Amino acid sequence: MDFDLLDILTALFLTVGCFLGISGGVGLYRLPDFFSRQHATGVTDSACSFLILFALILQSGFTLVSVKLCFIFFFLVITSTTATHALAKSALHKGITPILGREDKR
Amino acid sequence: MEAAVDIVLLSLLCVTVIVIVYIRKLFCAIMLLGIFSLISASLFITMDAVDVAFTEAAVGTGISSILLLSALSLTHTRERRPAHQPYVALMVVAVTGAVLVYGTMDLPAFGDPDSAIHRHMAVRFIVDSPQEVGPPNVVTSVLASYRGYDTLGETTVIFTAGIALVALLGFNRRKEFKVRLSGAQITSVPEVPLSSAPKVPNADYLVLRIVGKMFIPLIMLFALYVQFHGDYGPGGGFQAGVIFASAIMLYAMIFNVETAMRVVTPTALRLLAVLGLLLYGGVGVLCMLLGGNFLDYNVLAHAPLHGQHLGIFLIELGVGITVFAIMVTMFYALGNRSGRSV
Amino acid sequence: MYAAAALAILVVMALTLVRALVGPTAFDRLLAVNMFGTKTVLLIAVVGFMTDRPDFLDIAIVYALVNFLSTLAVLRFFERQLHEGSAPPEEE
Repeated sequence: MDFDLLDILTALFLTVGCFLGISGGVGLYRLPDFFSRQHATGVTDSACSFLILFALILQSGFTLVSVKLCFIFFFLVITSTTATHALAKSALHKGITPILGREDKR
Repeated sequence: MEAAVDIVLLSLLCVTVIVIVYIRKLFCAIMLLGIFSLISASLFITMDAVDVAFTEAAVGTGISSILLLSALSLTHTRERRPAHQPYVALMVVAVTGAVLVYGTMDLPAFGDPDSAIHRHMAVRFIVDSPQEVGPPNVVTSVLASYRGYDTLGETTVIFTAGIALVALLGFNRRKEFKVRLSGAQITSVPEVPLSSAPKVPNADYLVLRIVGKMFIPLIMLFALYVQFHGDYGPGGGFQAGVIFASAIMLYAMIFNVETAMRVVTPTALRLLAVLGLLLYGGVGVLCMLLGGNFLDYNVLAHAPLHGQHLGIFLIELGVGITVFAIMVTMFYALGNRSGRSV
Repeated sequence: MYAAAALAILVVMALTLVRALVGPTAFDRLLAVNMFGTKTVLLIAVVGFMTDRPDFLDIAIVYALVNFLSTLAVLRFFERQLHEGSAPPEEE
């Protein structure tokens, strides 16, 4: 088994990251509305990718590979948030309105 | 363990392809083709074909979708229901497919080192390439040096395709912008605008503009890195040209296509396309003038390995420039048709 | 360890694919394609570490940069059609 602290941390981060990813995927599948699905993809784009990439950084130490992984994370965060913004704005312009809560619970 | 990843990816690919074929809303089919390209690139990576995956990534994600969308804007967005059921065609295809599958049963196993194709040239490339050519990336040394003619042919094909597209579609031949800034006077508004779509107010795109200004230089820088790093890692001329063209297309998406056409003018693109191909052919002729064969880089410098390095550098540059110019030309030609520009 | 992570990412990709195939509006599919691209980046990074070839990270960087472009292209397509007043792309 792994007794190295780095390996244990890596496994931990990978596990949590994958769990968040799967929960984002399930959310994308089951949530009722376009705007609520964006919450699900936002979870995967930011938290899941950060945890998985950070786990890989822990494994590779202070090398060029870590720098590249940092770049990947930086690009992912900025492009995915911008894409979410653009999608939401476009959907609003087109007339898709969010579901605002169940009427029977008011 | 890689087998499990392969199986899952292949099944995802099958599902995607079946839906792409059956769906009749062409718009959704284009988006699914983006997913198809992503899965293909992942499959190439699990098969250890890194340069191919790189090219698939660069081309399939950005440029293919844009060109397909431009083509879609010229036609209906729903595929028509076929007028007759194509049973005869289905039978012919099934029989041909069965014969092909029967033929493949005689092929050697995938990756078998004893098969015929792996025993002659492949051994020589892998063993002799470090002494004869130099770069650690054997794919680059094969593409650029051992099979330099083929790469010249491919570049010419790309160039010809670009010319054919421009000859068929052309840029918009209405009055181009002639803006003369003499003193404080700006003369001549065009009679017919290059694209008849109304301009979207700039404030709508504020976030995109800022992020675009941050990202486009980074993409261009990364394209340069890919171009010159092709000797040591995946990369090379094709991929770099495509990524650079993606940067220009991103600019054209965020700002308008007309603004992009003023930044990177069609004239400049024509010059660049020709320049890249001439650079490639010129290196070959230069080798002949220096005493060697056509595209024999050994004579380019004082030592053969230095000559190979210089030769590969120059021709990859030529390929990159031509591919960039042709990709952006295609984008301009398709994207400006009929006023419904992308 | 990496294999389990790769399989988990594949499960997420499969779920995303379902949304891309089913999604009632075109925007749902676009969202799914965007997320699929992000997952591909992670998958490439993890597979690279699994097979001990960190050269794959260049491909991951390319995807992270260019994935954005197809989303923007589709959105521009929508905006142009909206401003021209022609029929928006087909939804179910």
